[in-house]
Amino acid sequence: MTVLVFTLIVLVGAFLAGLLGSLTGLGGGVIIIPLLTLGLGVDIHYAIGASIISVIATSSGSAAAYVKEGITNVRIGMFLEIATTVSAIVGVVIATYIDANSIMVVFGLILLFSAFMMLKKKIDHSNNEKTSILASYFKLNGSYPTEDGVKQYAVHNVIGGFAMMFVAGTLSGLLGIGSGALKVIGMDNIMKIPFKVSTTTSNFMIGVTAAASALIYLHKGQIDPVIAMPVSLGVILGATLGAKILIKTKTDKLKWVFAVVITFLALQMIYNGLIG
Amino acid sequence: MQVKNSNYFIDKDVQLLLGTLLRVGVLISSAVILLGGIIFLSTQSNAVVSFSEFKPEQVKISSIANIFEGLKTFDGLAIIQFGVLLLIFTPIARVVFSIFSFLLEKDYLYVVIGTIVLCVIITSLYLDVAH
Repeated sequence: MTVLVFTLIVLVGAFLAGLLGSLTGLGGGVIIIPLLTLGLGVDIHYAIGASIISVIATSSGSAAAYVKEGITNVRIGMFLEIATTVSAIVGVVIATYIDANSIMVVFGLILLFSAFMMLKKKIDHSNNEKTSILASYFKLNGSYPTEDGVKQYAVHNVIGGFAMMFVAGTLSGLLGIGSGALKVIGMDNIMKIPFKVSTTTSNFMIGVTAAASALIYLHKGQIDPVIAMPVSLGVILGATLGAKILIKTKTDKLKWVFAVVITFLALQMIYNGLIG
Repeated sequence: MQVKNSNYFIDKDVQLLLGTLLRVGVLISSAVILLGGIIFLSTQSNAVVSFSEFKPEQVKISSIANIFEGLKTFDGLAIIQFGVLLLIFTPIARVVFSIFSFLLEKDYLYVVIGTIVLCVIITSLYLDVAH
């Protein structure tokens, strides 16, 4: 394949990945990796390197849009980033010791899980009962604007949330993804943070976590400029357009279609990984 | 309550500024990547590529020193990698910025936490993981 053909195919694919990723809230990484590996026969090491770049691009690009609608709790983000950045490095180190086929299988399983989480109805568990001593000590409890004025919320189970972020960070480093689905479990279900706050805060964390692993991947030679160029440009364009459409459209049907596609890709990745 | 509200508005200002910072970061890095891409494609669009096997030694521009070396000769691939590097540093700039805003708020606990996060990222810059 010539450079020009490769660039054009990846550019279109990355554009669609960015668009669908922002419309469904799944992020670009989970689509970029199957596209490159299954679609174009790219080795998973390069695919992971390209994906981590697309994760940073989506996170930073959509953060600017998020500022208007929700409010990031910078303290929660920064506190949990201790867990996600350290574990992202652990994930990259683990990736060096396990073979490409095992990574494919783990990736497929996470893809299945993400599809499931995308369809699952979200329940807001937030309340203002200050039960956690750690949450008070680390000043994690906060407030955010609603239609009925500023609403206070309390953060629960800080240790459980921190542990979950450690898992999310490890997978982020290992697979080159944002681990958004796991971060949501940690923040919504375990720490009981309101949606508006958890979505934007998780997005903040995703960018910082990915930056830590991206620097190592760069040194390992996994970020090839020939792939990174169309991937980053395509994803940025797609995600920007997606963020604009999202305000006007309902995405329930799209999520179902997308879940079917993702499940198919996940099974294919697991199968390829298992047969070697 | 009064204090809580005024804090909330300071936070809002800081976040709007951060949003702009991120947007500018993404914009500048994509412009640099596009420039590098055009230079690269204009000279080598017919070259044959294959990524079916991972050969880390083939990626020549894999350290910050190499990227700056390549920039001197206006090498398209080095310019792309420089753009990628700018993209990676955008969320890191957000951390640095947050540390300063905690410093202004005199929240020293979070100055320390932010600095820990920054140190972890800097460690990753110097970490040499064997292939």
